[in-house]
Amino acid sequence: MGTDIESQLAELKKQVSQLKEGTKDQLSMVVFSGDLDKVLAALIISTGAAAYDMKVKLFFTFWAISALRDPAKSAKGKNMIEKMFGWMLPRGASRLTLSKMHMAGMGSAMIRGIMKKHKVASLPEMLKTAAELGVEINICEMSMNLMGFKKEEMIDYPNLTICGVATFLSDAQESKIQLFI
Amino acid sequence: MSTEELKNLQSNKIVDARGTACPGPLLAAKKAIGEISSGEIMEIYSSDEGTKNDIPKWCQKMSHEFLGIVEEDSYSRLFLRKA
Repeated sequence: MGTDIESQLAELKKQVSQLKEGTKDQLSMVVFSGDLDKVLAALIISTGAAAYDMKVKLFFTFWAISALRDPAKSAKGKNMIEKMFGWMLPRGASRLTLSKMHMAGMGSAMIRGIMKKHKVASLPEMLKTAAELGVEINICEMSMNLMGFKKEEMIDYPNLTICGVATFLSDAQESKIQLFI
Repeated sequence: MSTEELKNLQSNKIVDARGTACPGPLLAAKKAIGEISSGEIMEIYSSDEGTKNDIPKWCQKMSHEFLGIVEEDSYSRLFLRKA
């Protein structure tokens, strides 16, 4: 009888710990878009969540990776297509453009001016704040390969890792909030 | 707390986040709360309208006691006691 209760208790404990795992105070976000407005939204939510003492894990994939390029860095050993991607995609967070009303650059320049006026932090500033708050950035390896990006041309960021979809899934599974931007 | 009581409070820390937009005041509050001890009072100045909704919610989540708001001409003073 005693061992029966003990084993039941052990089973319950296991289930409770699994439940707890499923609801960590954690935010997982896929950042897919490379649009200025959308990456800005992703970073405002991320830093806000960090202020809520939530652990924040961002998974940068596809177009969003442009936001993490360091304009001062370059990588060697790229083939023709990879070089073309490099030329055609924005070189870093301060070169991203609006998803709407870009108007050949006028709209994007204007919104940067308006953001400054309203004291909204710029994307590079937001990335710096995110780093200070311990927001983790994971970059999708497959997208990096497709676009020919290399880790050495990414910004200096304390918690930056190259990984695959499994990392996102295991993070997302134990997060209270999951988002896709 | 009433406005009078709040005005008479002696804050241990004042965070001036006036002029910053969302999430500026929240991030400033988060940073400053680490610099005071439990039971101490912090005051946040904000000219951002949304902060008046955000800070009470943040307090609730972080178990800090939100004490109230004093409206000034062009900004708000938000009071809280650290948990």
